[in-house]
Amino acid sequence: MELSEQLLQYLLSGLSTGAIYALIGIGFSIIYNSTGIINFAQGEFVMLGGMLTLFLLETLELPLWAAIPLAVLLATITGLLFERLAIRPLRKATPISLVIITIGGSILIRGLAMLIWDKDTHAIPSFSGDEPIMLGGATVLPQHIWIIVITIILISLNKWFFNHTISGKAMRACSYNPRAAGLVGVDVRKMVLLSFMISSAMGSLAGIIVAPLTMTSYDVGIMLGLKGFCAAIIGGMSSGIPTVIGGLILGILESLGAGLISSGYKDAIAFIILLLILFIRPQGLFGKPESERV
Amino acid sequence: MLRLKNINTYYGKVHALKNVSLHLAEGEIVTLIGANGAGKTTVLNSISGITPPSAGDLLFLKETIKNLSPDRIVKLGISQVPEGRQVFKPMTVDENLELGAYLRYKARAPRLEIDKDKEEIFQLFPRLEERRKQAAGTMSGGEQQMLAIGRAMMARPKLLLLDEPSMGLAPLVVQEIFRVLQRLRDERGVTILLVEQNAKAALKLADRGYVLETGKVILEGKADELLENSEVKRAYLGKDKKEIWER
Repeated sequence: MELSEQLLQYLLSGLSTGAIYALIGIGFSIIYNSTGIINFAQGEFVMLGGMLTLFLLETLELPLWAAIPLAVLLATITGLLFERLAIRPLRKATPISLVIITIGGSILIRGLAMLIWDKDTHAIPSFSGDEPIMLGGATVLPQHIWIIVITIILISLNKWFFNHTISGKAMRACSYNPRAAGLVGVDVRKMVLLSFMISSAMGSLAGIIVAPLTMTSYDVGIMLGLKGFCAAIIGGMSSGIPTVIGGLILGILESLGAGLISSGYKDAIAFIILLLILFIRPQGLFGKPESERV
Repeated sequence: MLRLKNINTYYGKVHALKNVSLHLAEGEIVTLIGANGAGKTTVLNSISGITPPSAGDLLFLKETIKNLSPDRIVKLGISQVPEGRQVFKPMTVDENLELGAYLRYKARAPRLEIDKDKEEIFQLFPRLEERRKQAAGTMSGGEQQMLAIGRAMMARPKLLLLDEPSMGLAPLVVQEIFRVLQRLRDERGVTILLVEQNAKAALKLADRGYVLETGKVILEGKADELLENSEVKRAYLGKDKKEIWER
């Protein structure tokens, strides 16, 4: 294989992992923007997506087309319960204690998943076979295309929701100025709940579409969650395009690093980027330092 | 229309309002004046349900609104224009106004009706129309204040609460905004409770006034009488200082 073909190959596989990181990262940003907390349980919803799909497919023997929406629904309900039981009762707590609670929540969800299912790694069948497609010297799996297409749809839906529906605008208003949002009659707590539901739905769907490629187990949420967090940090905690670009950058760099240097350093790359961004540009790659007019 | 009966409100342990009673009749402009920290904002937030009073009663259109949540109170027809405008800065003027009508969207009010109200806001404040696609945070303080008032009006309130709309604005802009308030009352019958530090301008606009000091109403009366009141003159209008000094 020539170098240019290799590079194309890395680029393509990087794009599809990057898309997953982007979806998870947007989940982080949505919750951050509406509550000011980093939800470290975000990765567990990714895990739940994969594990629930597996459970519905194998134990309940549902077809894939039914298992996926049901798994997303169950994960969303888990997200709703998580907000109701762990976050809302402590609304007066400082963001830092809430962040620690989300870490506790993530350990709990992971532990429960291990008890309910097992510690093994499982495969989920691809959505439409494993016949590779040749693309200018590189090969891609149909699942890669599923990932890209579903990500584009989700991100467009997300953008439409936040920019063109009154509920989406109200959620943005809450993130900019919760007090004023309350004064126009927005129920801020309902918006926080909604943000947890949207994030867990997006996270679980990300977990489902990636599972056929990477396998799934009770603990995949840790790494995927941190990578998604990294994407959100690169994007300056935006719930839009900057975080998508952050995810794609991360995915491509990882795949290039793994291919050209050593696959052993794959995870290190993400965290080096994370640290660099936090040191040098904590407002994100595209953010402007805060300034405002009074 | 609105009646506060012996309201007591606490901020944590601070006793911010002590037995405050006041009332507004329909179509009245009433101003609440007082120094910094007198509790003016707390009065408004008690009415809006943000800092609910712990004792006393709040009646709006003869019904108690004491333990209602802020969104229920907006729905009943009381909108607040908060201190420091508090517009949604990164959002456009259009979006800010739409959010003012949030509860009406949620109640499935016809879109046309909401759009028509938006046009009426633009008639009141033509400068907002020029900037409808602009981010609210990039506008001048006066324009942001107009937007904050427009946003509150989008909920079609019967009672408008304003918290220091003149703060930090040039006298000409203050005049313009107060003229609009007058129009809102005269043309649409909106009842207005105006909290101000700019006592002179507020008393000139208002029908009646209350003077608040350290959480208590210490004076009340017709606005023109308060303008002539020596105590008010000394403390809030900055007149007659010399005489008192030399007494």
